[in-house]
Amino acid sequence: MKTLGLIIVVLVGAVLVYATVDFPPFGDPASPASLHVSPRYIEKTVEETAVPNAVTSVLADYRGFDTMFETTVIFSAGVACFLLLRVSRRRPPASRQYRHRLTGLTFRVKDGREISLPLRDFEPLDSIWTPHDFIIEKVCRYLIPFIQLFGLYVIAHGHESPGGGFQGGVILGASIILLSVSHNLRTALQRMGEKASALFSPFGVLIYAGTGALCLVLGYNFLDYQALAALLPGGPIMARSHGIFLVEVGVGMAVMGTMVWIFKNLASLGRYDEGL
Amino acid sequence: MIWQLDLLILTLVVFCGIGAIMIRDLLGAAILFGAYSFMMCLLWTIMGAVDVAFTEASVGAGVSTVFFVAAVYHTTRRTKD
Repeated sequence: MKTLGLIIVVLVGAVLVYATVDFPPFGDPASPASLHVSPRYIEKTVEETAVPNAVTSVLADYRGFDTMFETTVIFSAGVACFLLLRVSRRRPPASRQYRHRLTGLTFRVKDGREISLPLRDFEPLDSIWTPHDFIIEKVCRYLIPFIQLFGLYVIAHGHESPGGGFQGGVILGASIILLSVSHNLRTALQRMGEKASALFSPFGVLIYAGTGALCLVLGYNFLDYQALAALLPGGPIMARSHGIFLVEVGVGMAVMGTMVWIFKNLASLGRYDEGL
Repeated sequence: MIWQLDLLILTLVVFCGIGAIMIRDLLGAAILFGAYSFMMCLLWTIMGAVDVAFTEASVGAGVSTVFFVAAVYHTTRRTKD
């Protein structure tokens, strides 16, 4: 079976390599893609949309439908993880562990009884004990605000430099995931609960589709941001730039919510009590 | 493009890919996939596709590695085959 698989992999790989021989060489100015499509975008992007980064304008304006359905795919991935992993019925654990904050003493309560402890003095611990590392916790605590600020910068500055909603959203989501990995899942859930992350992703898709629908209402085609000139200052060309920004914010929210949502479901096996 | 750098990174990509399949420790495979993504990110940068490189660095090398580690944490570190 293994040799059969190896033979198939080698054959398919050989066919792929054979197929790439017909490709035009890298950077060939006479290739079909460089003759018609690319020069059109490179020459007209600033003129038509006032966005210096041609990638962003192609992604969010000229090819807006593609990006909208990409965002929908991300949202569907989050929903699929939720439906596969989330457990609604929670069974009380056999024993609970608590740590006294000031002394660092840990103790265990048997029989799964809920006891009322002052949570200011005691913190609940995971059943799989993970070491309590002072340096990692403090470094991450001071790093996370800067990571989030950078994520917002990447979303807002996607017009001028590499970046945009997708990358910025992933960076924002990664900051919450870092909080969960460096502290524990409970801390991350306090900052961004299950409902918040689960609402962010459909809301982002809604912003994207809503911007398109707004253009439709104003009498233009779906996702034709020129229509927003009636609502925003700066004329039809700046309206396309603003429309791209609105859409990028939607993508960023959807991606951030989905990343955090998938991670929480995956790390806690859908139980949302303890995890990585 | 500097062809020596290109060749070095492409070799590392191939080694990371083969290593991720061959290794028996699944946590090691996840880390090798992260390294693979990072090498791909460098390749995109060399080819001038900075936006793609940014996405590859954040999604491929960052978040998906964490997802793999979370999945390994709850299943097993040893693979059967």
